[in-house]
Amino acid sequence: MADTLTLGKALNSGLRRAMEENPKVLIMGEDVGKLGGVFRITDGLQKDFGEERVIDTPLAESGIIGTAIGLALRGYRPICEIQFDGFVYPAFDQIVSQLAKMHYRSQGKVTLPVVIRIPYAGGIGAVEHHSESPEAYFCHTPGLKVVSCASPQDAYWMIQQAVASDDPIIFLEPKRRYYEKGVVDTSLSLDQAYPLHASRVLREGSDATLVAYGPTVRVALDAAEAAAEDDNRSLEVIDLRSLSPLDLDPVYESVRRTGRLVVIHEAPRTLGLGAEIAARVTEQCFYSLEAPVQRVTGYDTPYPPARIEDEYLPDLDRVLDAVDRTFTF
Amino acid sequence: MSKGNSKRGVTRRPSKNSSGDLEFVQLLTPQGEPIKHPDYSVNFTDEEYRALYRDMVIVRRLDAESLSLQRQGELALWASLLGQEAAQVGSARALREKDMVFPTYREHGVLWCRGLDPILPLKLFRCVNQGSWDPESHRFHMYTIVIGAHALHAVGYAMGVTKDGKVGSDDGEAVIVYFGDGASSQGDVAEAMSWAAVFNAPVVFFCQNNQYAISEPVERQARIPIYQRARGFGFPGIRVDGNDVLASYAVTRAALDAARHGQGPTLIEAYTYRMGAHTSSDDPTRYRVDAEVEAWKAKDPISRMRAFLTQQQIAGPDFFEAIDEEADKHAIELRERVLAMPDPEPVSMFDHVYPGGSPLLDDERAELVRYLESFESEGVR
Repeated sequence: MADTLTLGKALNSGLRRAMEENPKVLIMGEDVGKLGGVFRITDGLQKDFGEERVIDTPLAESGIIGTAIGLALRGYRPICEIQFDGFVYPAFDQIVSQLAKMHYRSQGKVTLPVVIRIPYAGGIGAVEHHSESPEAYFCHTPGLKVVSCASPQDAYWMIQQAVASDDPIIFLEPKRRYYEKGVVDTSLSLDQAYPLHASRVLREGSDATLVAYGPTVRVALDAAEAAAEDDNRSLEVIDLRSLSPLDLDPVYESVRRTGRLVVIHEAPRTLGLGAEIAARVTEQCFYSLEAPVQRVTGYDTPYPPARIEDEYLPDLDRVLDAVDRTFTF
Repeated sequence: MSKGNSKRGVTRRPSKNSSGDLEFVQLLTPQGEPIKHPDYSVNFTDEEYRALYRDMVIVRRLDAESLSLQRQGELALWASLLGQEAAQVGSARALREKDMVFPTYREHGVLWCRGLDPILPLKLFRCVNQGSWDPESHRFHMYTIVIGAHALHAVGYAMGVTKDGKVGSDDGEAVIVYFGDGASSQGDVAEAMSWAAVFNAPVVFFCQNNQYAISEPVERQARIPIYQRARGFGFPGIRVDGNDVLASYAVTRAALDAARHGQGPTLIEAYTYRMGAHTSSDDPTRYRVDAEVEAWKAKDPISRMRAFLTQQQIAGPDFFEAIDEEADKHAIELRERVLAMPDPEPVSMFDHVYPGGSPLLDDERAELVRYLESFESEGVR
């Protein structure tokens, strides 16, 4: 069965199915119940599953994650919503020192299957603290896994796979893509769906490779389309999907063919995912590279006032400029 | 001397610990005389009274042995419970088997009462592991070193108890979380209390106010007695003489029973004193005077229980001697086991980062193995 859904509705449907599959699954967060979340991702779930399973919490992010850990210790599988990216930091200790480490500290005796959903990244014209890309903090923390969906199909399946996983998972939702539509095949089983921690080639190409995730996947696809039409260049586009662990074999394979790589993310450049990918690609593909790995990213500033965010965010032209640079070496 | 920071010259310090009219629940005076309380009492057999004494003597002896092991370089650190035996043993013995405990890193006495192997915290403080016992085996969670973080885990766990339908009858389950006066300033503890109240969680907040957070006196944490904070969150708070094992037991049992019956959380402030240093790395002579320590020695939890047992003719010199011998035996055994404790294999650092393992870590493990083997093949090891 295939439906055309927005990414937000696909998440909603995926959450609903996860709730149906396992009575231990809970949803908790600020305004997730009656209101259905400020982006309506949990719309209707409290009505159908009750206040015991879809919990409007006090307004305290550390409390959300800390009590989710306790619930997980008791055998529940909480899905926490952090309302916006910039509000996750009050929960930072609970995420990096408690949630991420408990399996390790207990030498495997404790597992904490907690999913933390975060609507993240910019492009919606929001006031400050509502447009950030905090993924590097979490990718830098052993014990956490980090994923980001870029299409309705992935949103639907990845959220279910994340809930079924025994790992603590940071689930980053590109909020400016919530309203983009796509076809979702709901007939698969969890195992048949594309694996959670695998990157995916979305468009094949031979001249250069673009790597993106979350909100910049659309940017990369548009850039590849424009490059084909305007520059007669064939760009390969890879959606990382899993930010921790990274699945870079498809990237290596691609770079060995194209010799050129551009990594695109909204997060600031310094010590971002692009830096890690550039280092690893250099280690693995040194003799195939025709040019240094290029990064098209947010700048090393706080997220700027939204009136000028278009100049901060990687867009089609900046990506094509970077591709051009790879041909100048 | 700490000074009140009050403007207008009005001092609003809480009553000092030395004041004789401090309000708390007490069933045993420092001289070991039983006193009646209108709301709290215990009904122990002679054997049970003796068992409480035994617990306290053994945990103090194990604690002293652990501290000397640290002094001899066998442990990286030790956080002593000296002086807090009554608060820990009394509260722990009030727990039922299925109740769940969330400790800090000083609850060696609670750990003992829950029946865990006393070697376990020494593994943590020797740094051969990170306190990796199974929390479910004895219903005693791992130690938490980040102050106050576990209060939220306890409340979440207690919310799960409610969801499981395990509250509301005498057969219900309760959760207890231990923390200190310092932790009472942490945001996580405040959040935990908000949540516990809102969700009517079956949890007991057991604060051992041992008067110091490393060097800072409790006046630096709170301008009112800690137990009074509960009222602001919407549940009862009570202060107990934490050096009185009988009162600690009675008050904790009542709070646990209220929780298991669905009456929600209670904050207990066990008023006690950290007789030793914060940890083996601390030097308390820099921030407190001998006279204060001496005054608290007179309220020692073990000597008052011993006086009680003697006066009531529940136990005599033979019993006390036998318990001391037993405690020595435990201590010697503990020492031998620490000295025989091997370091973990280096490659074990890669274990259990993720439940399903990780190809990245497999690569890094192989890298370390190759590196270590390179020394062996060169014959330099």
